[in-house]
Amino acid sequence: MANNDTNIDQYRRRFLERSTAVLAAGVIAPGVFLHTVANARPADEAVTSKVRWGMLVDSGKCKTGCDKCVKACEVENGLTRTGRPEIDAQWIRKVTLKNKQTGHTTSLPMLCQHCAEPPCVDVCPTGASFKRADGIVLVDKHICIGCRYCMMACPYKARSFIHEDITDQKAHAPRGKGTVESCTFCVHRVDKGQSPACVSACDEGAMVFGDMNDPQSEISQRLREVQSMEIRGDLGLNLGVRYQGI
Amino acid sequence: MPGVRIMMRVAVLLFLVTPVWAGTPVPEIPKGKGQQCVEDTAMMRTNHMEFILHQRDDTMHRGIRTKKHSLKECIECHAVKGDDGMPVSVESPKHFCSVCHRYAAVSIDCFQCHNSKPEIKLTGDRNGQ
Amino acid sequence: MKYPVCREIEGKSSAYVALLVILGGLVALGLGAAIYMEHQGHHVTGMNNQIVWGMPHVFAVFLIVAASGALNVASISSVFGKVVYKPLAPLSGLLAIALLVGGLVVLVLDLGHPDRLIVAMTNYNFKSIFAWNIFLYNGFLAVVAVYLWMLMERRMNTYTKAAGMVAFVWRLILTTGTGSIFGFLVARQFYDAAIMAPMFIVMSFSFGLAVFILVLFVSFWGTGRPMGEVIVDRMRSLLSLFVLAVLFLVAIFHVTNLYATEHHGIESFILRDGGIYTMMFWVGYVFVGSVLPLLLLNFSGSSRSEVVAVSAGLVILGGLAMMYVIIIGGQAYPLVMFPGYEVVSDFSDGVVNVYRPSLPEILLGMGGVAFALTIVAFGVKVLRFLPLSLADKDIDPHYRPDTAGGATASGA
Repeated sequence: MANNDTNIDQYRRRFLERSTAVLAAGVIAPGVFLHTVANARPADEAVTSKVRWGMLVDSGKCKTGCDKCVKACEVENGLTRTGRPEIDAQWIRKVTLKNKQTGHTTSLPMLCQHCAEPPCVDVCPTGASFKRADGIVLVDKHICIGCRYCMMACPYKARSFIHEDITDQKAHAPRGKGTVESCTFCVHRVDKGQSPACVSACDEGAMVFGDMNDPQSEISQRLREVQSMEIRGDLGLNLGVRYQGI
Repeated sequence: MPGVRIMMRVAVLLFLVTPVWAGTPVPEIPKGKGQQCVEDTAMMRTNHMEFILHQRDDTMHRGIRTKKHSLKECIECHAVKGDDGMPVSVESPKHFCSVCHRYAAVSIDCFQCHNSKPEIKLTGDRNGQ
Repeated sequence: MKYPVCREIEGKSSAYVALLVILGGLVALGLGAAIYMEHQGHHVTGMNNQIVWGMPHVFAVFLIVAASGALNVASISSVFGKVVYKPLAPLSGLLAIALLVGGLVVLVLDLGHPDRLIVAMTNYNFKSIFAWNIFLYNGFLAVVAVYLWMLMERRMNTYTKAAGMVAFVWRLILTTGTGSIFGFLVARQFYDAAIMAPMFIVMSFSFGLAVFILVLFVSFWGTGRPMGEVIVDRMRSLLSLFVLAVLFLVAIFHVTNLYATEHHGIESFILRDGGIYTMMFWVGYVFVGSVLPLLLLNFSGSSRSEVVAVSAGLVILGGLAMMYVIIIGGQAYPLVMFPGYEVVSDFSDGVVNVYRPSLPEILLGMGGVAFALTIVAFGVKVLRFLPLSLADKDIDPHYRPDTAGGATASGA
């Protein structure tokens, strides 16, 4: 299964690189042809709101004590541990819930919920916190002044502030001291037509990633079929991450 | 104001004995990979920051990931190897960006977040490329 | 009544020089701390990914709140036409500017990227109350500067009332904006309340006046200029009123929260189980910062300036304690993401977050206070901010030699 994924990914990437080469040579490849690859948008085309990326987490399948998604995220995005957990960046974390009355426990990953109405974007004074047209909430670190108001505003503690110098970042995940960051839905992978690293890493199949605006996508079908919920749905933020089985 | 006059004279004297008088020293710019940069050299020298800035906003906000003006590609092409055969970081005066930026005393903060060295391709799905 | 005369202070005494040296030293320490924090990154502070705003914000928000409050005395004179306060108006304006600048400097120097101040000035997200505050703060400085000009240049005096009115309205909006920084945080149990804005306004009245009183009295003692009972008594009753008003709104805030079961967690945390925060609230704010000054101001049987000054000092300490409770305490209490569940993770979910203020942070905050006071100390030397006399005969329109001290019935 995982092997299969990689093959598809490699195929997509080779395809993308070829088409980029063609474009760079100044030949405009026919859009119709490019669109035949599922989810792979040409490199020179801007994201649109026709797509809304989303994730469905099945907490019933999420194993307590398993942190493969967290590890995969750290490797993919080059997050390193400082030895002081309270200042470590954490884009995705495992949370265990215990019902106070029944004692029933549930395990699930928490990450940026990629709200349609993100409070972090509302409060950001410079507009560094923003939502891409396809629903991915990002921090533009070029204009982030490090005021941390977004961290105060986020209902999910999804954001981290970088407290010290960082070197040897991943080329696709630039990050540096004095700015705020959070889960990007692995935007660099999504733009290549791949799933986020955490989703690919989950052997249990507890996470589904896809376009919530496409009625045919796996995630849309699943969301139609199963009972799902949004964390702090009372805030009405229309989240990009949904949970089933809580 | 005799003090000022003396200082002026000293300044002129210093100017005359420095290499400036002998001929302006210019930075020695390391060559990149391949024959030609994405734009011609004169264009890049004056406008590289505009290209990168434009691309930065396009990539960040609109998801446009063309390679022509991407900083990542600059880093790939213009990597300078150090004594150990590995690419040097921007901390080194030999780094492609450092050579000029140190000379012109223009500080850049790109590399607070971006890696100034090309990525070493070892992991996972990057094999076989 | 004579036209109130303000004059520069001589500023040659050794006490004045010593004051400047001490303030300058504190400013230098604060600046050094800021450079250290900026160079090292915020890991050298007590702030972390759970407590994202710390000591610098306690000081900065206090200074900003006090700044708008410091303008009150001027407003009472220019907008509400109380003649007694007229000689105090210039100092009130100066102090307002100084405190705001001090607060903003702290806020800016604490940023992850103070070097990008220009970005904050050129990129605006108008849905952000923070972005609005950048305008409100800068605008406040401009408005108060114009007001001071109208006030202090004789030929512009006719516009004093209009300028004072603009400044007064502006300061109300400004404090509303500051309070809303917290009030708009929908996710946080302790902050998400509309009452934050009015509460901040009343707090500004109280803290701002307290700072004003201390600065005024100290500069009068220092310069040996005469100060009568009328002004001291006015300050006494005004401060007393404002302290009571804050206490009232704080009580309303907590009682409203206590009514909603949803907020019982955070309330019992702040009021009963929060350790340092509970102590800061009850001992720091309620006792030292409110009850004690109220007793001193009203029942010590003395209108002596020393008593009023000590009370003002206590109000300031209480105010800082209150800011600590609001800013740090509000973050220390775990975010409620799953009501009815016990939450465990390795990212401090479901536990009270720990915050230990570090020295650099405190020095930065103190540096801001010192910077504000330096501006005032320097200001009163170079321009005519400080009245020559606050003796009863010089300021009280109802003054009669035989009833000196008895002309306070009109109240504030």
